[in-house]
Amino acid sequence: MIFLRLILTNLSRHRIRTAISVAGIAFAVAAMLTVVTILQGAVGMFSSLLSADSQIVVFERNVADLFFSSVPQSAIDAIPTWTLVEHANPVLFGIVASPTQPIITCFGVTATDTRLTRATWVAGSDAAFRTAGQGAGGSNGADSVVLGERAAEFLHAQLHSTIALGNGHFTVDGILRTRNGFEDGGVFMPLATAQRFFHKQGIASVVTVKLRHASDAAAFKARMQREFPTLIALEDQEFNNTYSQFKILKATAWAVGLAGVLMGGLGVANTMIMSVFTRIREIAILRVNGFSPIQLTALILGEAAVVSFTGSVVGLGTGALAVMVLKSVPMLHGYVDATMSPGLLLAVAVLAIGTGIAGALYPAAYAMRVRPVEALRFE
Amino acid sequence: MNSSMPVGKATPNEPILRAEGLTKAYENGAIPVLHGVSLEVYPQQTVALCGPSGCGKSTLLHLLGGLDSPDSGEIVVRGQPLRPGRMVQTMLRHHVGFVFQLHNLLPDLTLTENCLIPTVAAGVPRAEAMERLHQLADRTGLSHRLQQRIQKLSGGERQRTALCRALMNRPSILLADEPTGALDEATSRQIFALLLELVDREGITLVMATHDRALAARCDRLLEMHDGKMMDSAGSGARTAG
Ligand SMILES: Nc1ncnc2c1ncn2[C@@H]1O[C@H](COP(=O)(O)OP(=O)(O)O)[C@@H](O)[C@H]1O
Ligand SMILES: [Mg+2]
Repeated sequence: MIFLRLILTNLSRHRIRTAISVAGIAFAVAAMLTVVTILQGAVGMFSSLLSADSQIVVFERNVADLFFSSVPQSAIDAIPTWTLVEHANPVLFGIVASPTQPIITCFGVTATDTRLTRATWVAGSDAAFRTAGQGAGGSNGADSVVLGERAAEFLHAQLHSTIALGNGHFTVDGILRTRNGFEDGGVFMPLATAQRFFHKQGIASVVTVKLRHASDAAAFKARMQREFPTLIALEDQEFNNTYSQFKILKATAWAVGLAGVLMGGLGVANTMIMSVFTRIREIAILRVNGFSPIQLTALILGEAAVVSFTGSVVGLGTGALAVMVLKSVPMLHGYVDATMSPGLLLAVAVLAIGTGIAGALYPAAYAMRVRPVEALRFE
Repeated sequence: MNSSMPVGKATPNEPILRAEGLTKAYENGAIPVLHGVSLEVYPQQTVALCGPSGCGKSTLLHLLGGLDSPDSGEIVVRGQPLRPGRMVQTMLRHHVGFVFQLHNLLPDLTLTENCLIPTVAAGVPRAEAMERLHQLADRTGLSHRLQQRIQKLSGGERQRTALCRALMNRPSILLADEPTGALDEATSRQIFALLLELVDREGITLVMATHDRALAARCDRLLEMHDGKMMDSAGSGARTAG
């Protein structure tokens, strides 16, 4: 009780100073929450892109980026025929520019791909994919494509519009809506069209595989190893954990967040140092009245804990608000993950409070060394 | 006095506080302050420590209370040689109270909160601490000021509060360093009378530094200090507890 009073009294004695260090922690926590949530969202989106109704991704061994992966025609043809496999879909990834957009992701897919079959069709249909392979064009002879809803928006395209992508012209045969931000901002081409367009005949970037029995994963991987040793098959979770691009993204997110939290912690450290230095006399008085070094430490750490706890609460609120605002920005539609996991909230808060308390260790050690006699000698 | 008296639990015939050949210098020996000070204080005595400013009275009180360590010499409190660390901790919590010339209260806290600090340090249950506080506040005429912040109290009230705080954990020894030195004449008399009344009622041993001869004369014993030495031990005989 008196403990808490001592802590709160001291904090309220320097309201501005306290507010600034609370704000420091709050900003750090909000920034970390926002950055990590957005990047986790992006990673989640990319992996859900791969794992739409599948549990295994097949791609080329030892490539750093799936855009550079080549799965040969022999594998594209063989894998769906294996009895372990329920269905397998090849996907070719490509990146093109349009006159107005520097980067647009292209997906070369087959008609049975769940990306198409499960999407909501806003306009048109997947007819082009059913006749694909013959290079059949739209009404004006150009190749057909289907656009994600957001891609249609930023390309200013409607059904039957002609759009320029790279060196080619395409007819928009359909517009679809998916819940995935990447897909929504992407261009879907029949696999054969994409292979021709990107000069990758007979090649897919990945094959996504759904097994008849999830428990057959090991058997599937063993057969892959035997028959296609240059390829690798990873279960979704394995893929998420090992794909180097994800690792870089996650590491970046945590590094940025950690840097923020560390700076917040330094702010608390600074506040606590000031707090201790200007309170030598009070500390001496407590010592003379029987406070042990441990009790003094508890007092100082408690003060830091109150500051960083308050900062964390404010920061989590602000961060959640920021994420909600970002989610509602049309440009970012589908890119910002809606869910902030309780685990993440907890991790961020624990980190912030931990750093704040760690920042008070030196001031606490200093307080323990205060010699009452010298401190009480002067007014 | 016989300094080869056996060390054991303090009885009325043994000193409750004993110092032997204390020396102390500040600034790595550059400022020598105490030059072999010895004294014995018996239970329930009131002892005045007199001497000119700078002769080392405060330094001696700090050593006796364990706030600082002597360069050489020995201090025995309640039969136990004083060692820095845990023992000083225990002593400050349970056996020794300090009152200074400046009240040394925390100005932003209330009278009650200030007085509860030593009980929080010692882990005294709240109810028990409050009961003790009411008792002391009653005796010092502070009952109506309990929720007042220190800032709003008069000089005399502050010093009475400091006195209450020093006595909260029922110490057996009170070390007072010019406790009325910052007060006007009339208030000073009042506070001193109160101090004597309390130590007498509770059977506390008092060692008080002062340069007010009139106050010193009202104590059982007067120790005269000069340049870091005890001048004479007139009246240093044991007193029967009264
Ligand atoms: N911490 C200290 N550092 C240096 N000198 C000190 C310190 N404390 C006391 N002194 C010096 O020691 C001498 C005795 O001081 P003190 O014990 O306070 O005397 P008194 O209480 O009798 O006035 C004085 O000259 C004082 O300046
Ligand atoms: Mg003095």
